[in-house]
This record gives sequence, structure tokens and C-alpha cells, in this order.
Amino acid sequence: MTAWDQVVELLSSPLMQRALLAAILVGAAAPVVGTFLVQRRMALMGDGIGHVALTGVALGWLVGSWAGLVPQDTLALPGAVVAAVVGSIVIELVRERGRTSGDLALALMFYGGIAGGVLLIKLAGGTNANLISYLFGSISTVSSADLWWTVGLAVLVLTLGVGLRTALFAVSHDEEFARASGLPVRLLSMLVATIAALTVTIAMRVVGLLLVSALMIVPVAIAQLFARSFGRTMMLASVVGVVVSIAGLVLTYWQDIPPGATIVVLAILVYAVTATLQPLLRRPAPPRDPHPDMVDDVLLVDDVTDDGPLSRPAPTA
Amino acid sequence: MSTPVIEATGLGVTLGGQPILDGIDLSVPAGEVLALLGANGSGKSTLVRTLLGVVPRTSGEVRLFGAPLGPSAPWHRIGYVPQRLPAAAGVPATAYEVVSSGLLHGRTLRPPRGHRRRALAALDDVGLGDRAFQRVQEMSGGQQQRVLIARALVRDPDLLVLDEPTSGIDIPTQATFVDTVSRLHDAGTTVVVILHELGPFAPLIDRAVVLRHGRVAHDGAPPRARDEHAGEWHDHTHAHPDPEPPRTGPSLSVEVNP
Ligand SMILES: Nc1ncnc2c1ncn2[C@@H]1O[C@H](COP(=O)(O)OP(=O)(O)O)[C@@H](O)[C@H]1O
Ligand SMILES: [Mg+2]
Repeated sequence: MTAWDQVVELLSSPLMQRALLAAILVGAAAPVVGTFLVQRRMALMGDGIGHVALTGVALGWLVGSWAGLVPQDTLALPGAVVAAVVGSIVIELVRERGRTSGDLALALMFYGGIAGGVLLIKLAGGTNANLISYLFGSISTVSSADLWWTVGLAVLVLTLGVGLRTALFAVSHDEEFARASGLPVRLLSMLVATIAALTVTIAMRVVGLLLVSALMIVPVAIAQLFARSFGRTMMLASVVGVVVSIAGLVLTYWQDIPPGATIVVLAILVYAVTATLQPLLRRPAPPRDPHPDMVDDVLLVDDVTDDGPLSRPAPTA
Repeated sequence: MSTPVIEATGLGVTLGGQPILDGIDLSVPAGEVLALLGANGSGKSTLVRTLLGVVPRTSGEVRLFGAPLGPSAPWHRIGYVPQRLPAAAGVPATAYEVVSSGLLHGRTLRPPRGHRRRALAALDDVGLGDRAFQRVQEMSGGQQQRVLIARALVRDPDLLVLDEPTSGIDIPTQATFVDTVSRLHDAGTTVVVILHELGPFAPLIDRAVVLRHGRVAHDGAPPRARDEHAGEWHDHTHAHPDPEPPRTGPSLSVEVNP
């Protein structure tokens, strides 16, 4: 069988088609959100949301079993969406109120989220094993319904993240200036938090809640080794996200290895290799005067101002 | 009489349980260049931040161009230059991207038509045209300051607010600031500038407001440049330590140009 035949076989499996589509969308969307999170120094926010989402999964499961739904986990994804959005808004409110108490509050949410999930799943008549697929991903079990959720949410996240990138950049880069410009800072911060929550829930099926954050952050870490601008960082991170997601998934088609972990390990390997080679890969800057617009003679500010305005150097100096 | 550009009455601000500003009344007419003076910690930055809605006020009223603070204020007419760029985050940003963010204000959440040309022109104006696509994180303090002016000027403001534009800044950048302010002043722009000492700005200043412990201690003609160092609000920035000023006599002495 030639390599081409193998590719054709891979692409003709409906299961693989669904998994690939989900992986591409999640791989593209997660780093877009991750770029804003890194800029806001909230790289761990995805992790926090992921932990809280586990409680949502279990809660959805519990409600499903009360309502006698079949299968029991019908409401797991909606439950995760609700818990993640609520959790992300709480995290954002904590951040807004200052950092000192925020650290502790976040830690409480991390642990509460996991413990709550484990407890609730037991109450729902399930076992911890039921949670494993959410914690570590189960892309091979993506159903058509899941896929539509993923497509819808990923398109929403990409549209908002890319369409409002200048405004989201503005509040993330300099919140004080954004306020002094009358921008709806709070609304935009909540928007970043909410699209982060939505991304966590769609990435849950691909890499699992415990590894969601890696897919949001590691491609950004790779991209900013090379990109000069915020826009380029976002674009490059998104491309890296798609490439490692496809590569990881395709590897698992031939090797019996877990796709979520494979994708994340691939991303980290790419980071390690590029970070090591980066000094060689980056175009060397042409040699030039690093301060071409500085006066070469040392001129002390006090020398000028102490003598009054008359001796002020001409502004063209 | 036309509406004042800034109209604040009975402004009070409490931060961290401490009263920072108290009973501030300030009215700035159109076209004026107002210097805001005062010792370190007297509340100058807090005052301009409150006027622009960055810091919430505990009491009082603020009107900008006659409109109360809020979504309906004419944000496109206001340019703010903070003291410095916030500490660099992990993600790189170019000067062009930072200046472009100045084109957003109020409910304008996407850059308007022709934003690229406007951002590049604003960078050209501050002498950074050739560095537009350089990371701001890699620029010197003076260059970063100029990026911040370009970000404020890119929206063609009618009110420019500058927070200590000259402290710790290289001479060419100081010159850029003075140049910019005098050009804007000639064009009728209202300017509020926080200064440590009048320095090279002295010839441009129409009026000075001096804050002390969060209250207005003086409002009127700017202190005479030659005797500037005699003013009690003046903070020395020399290398030698400050002698403690005597706490006797009148609490304020202002010398006014004839
Ligand atoms: N966010 C804050 N929380 C508590 N105190 C603050 C805050 N911001 C400023 N202050 C205090 O308010 C006072 C005035 O600060 P500021 O307006 O920056 O003074 P200035 O600009 O005149 O040097 C200082 O004593 C400062 O410590
Ligand atoms: Mg200050």
C-alpha cells in the first residue's frame, strides 16, 4: 500500500473526518484566545476554567440521569459550557479587583472544580472512569452533534477574537489608556474571558480539560520567538496550533497512542527545538547605530532647565 | 461664554481607604495650556485619571466638553499620554499596533477607514516613522514615550492630557513634547500637562494649578521661571539630597510675573 493510499484511506473514514475537522478548528481557535491571555498575563486562566468545567460536566451528567436522558452524558457538554463561562467571569472579576487575593481565589477554584466534578459524578451514578475522557480528551468519539457544537463555537470564537482583535489588544495592552478612551473595558475583558471559556469546552474533546491550556499557550510561546508584532504572533500561533493538531491526530491513526497527549507533546517538542535553534534561524539585524536619533554628547537635563527657559536648546536639536 | 473643555466640581477620590483628592474644583477653558504642579504624591496623576474616568470618584461631577463622563462623552476629542507604557507583557507589539489602538474610543471598537495611513502619519510626526514596525518593548524609554504621544495624537484630539512628559526623558524627546504642545496650542488645542518643574514648557504655560495633599493650593498665573526653585511645591531632582523645607511662615507664596 502506497503512502497515498494510506492518506486516502485515512481521509475516507467518517470518524477520522470528524476528528480532523474538530482538531483543525480547535487548533486554530485556541491559540487566538491564548494570545490575549498571555498578553494579559493570565496564561493559567485556561487551566482554571478547565478545572471548573469538570464540575460542569459532572453536573450535566447528574441532571441527565435525573431526567432519564439516554445517553446519560447528553448534557455533559452544555454543562461544561455553563460552568466554564460562569467560572471565567468569576476569575475575571477576581482579577479586576486586584491580584493579592486573586491568587488564592483562583487556587480555590482549581481544586474545587476537580473535587466537585469527582463528587458529583459519583452522585450521578457514574465513576471516575467516566471523567477520564473529559480530562484527557476523546477525539475518536466525536459524534456529529458534538461536531456541530464544535464548529459553531469555534467559528464564534474566531470571529470575535479576530474581528475585535484591535479592541481586545487595546484593553489587554494598556487598560488605563483604554479606560481613558472611553472603551467598554469591562465588557471587553468579560468577552476575552467568555471566549476563553468557550474554547476550553470545545477543546475538551480534542485534548482534554487538563491539557486545554497547553493548546492555547504553547503555540503562542512558539510564535513569539519569531513574530515581531501582536498580529503576526496570533496568526503564526494559530498556524502552529493547526499543524500540531493535525500531525498529532494523524500519528494516532497508525500508532495506538492517545491523541490529546500526543498533540501537546508535539507542541512542546516544537517549542524546545525552535527555542534552541532560534538564534540561528532569526535573520540577523543589520549593524547600525542603535541610537541614531540621540545626541552623541552627554547633555544633562538639569543643565538646561536650571538656567531658565532662554537657554533651552532649539527643539530641532 | 463657550462650554469649558474640562469642568470638575467638588471632586473627591478615596483610594485604598485613604482620601487622595478632596474638594477639587477645576474649569479649563478651550485653548488654554494648563500646568498641573505639585510634589510627588500630591495627587496630580490621580486627578487627571479621575477627570478621564480611569479612577472612580467618590464625590463630585466631571464634564468633558459639556458631557458627563460615560459612553456618551466625546472620547474622540480627548488624547491621553500616561506617564509610561505598562510593563511589557509576553506578546510583542509594534509601535504601529500601539498607535493604532489609539484610533479606538467610546463605542468605536474597530479601526476606522484609513487607519493605517493615520497611524503611520502620527508616528512620522514624532520622528518614529522608520521604526513603526519595531517592537515597542525593544525601544528606549524616550522612544516609547514618543509612541505614547503618537497614540494620543492619532485621533486629532481637541484636549491633550500629558502626565509628566519630561521627567527622566532624553533631551530630543523633551523637545518633541514641547514642539508638539506648542504646535497644538497654536492650532487651538486645549492642553493639560502635569509637570515636575516648568522647565522647557515655561513659555507655553497660560495658567498653573498647584496641588498639595490632594487639594488645590494655587490656581492662577504660572510661577516665575527664574524663581521656580523657590516655590514650595517644587521638587528638586538634583543628585544631592533635599533639605527639609522650613515649615514656618505663610503656607504658600506665589510669585507672579508682572
Ligand atoms: N491605586 C491606589 N491605591 C491607593 N493609593 C493610591 C493609588 N494610586 C495612588 N495612590 C496614592 O495617592 C497619592 C497620590 O498619587 P499620585 O496621584 O500618583 O501623585 P502624583 O502624581 O502627584 O505624584 C499617593 O500618596 C499614592 O500613594
Ligand atoms: Mg504622577
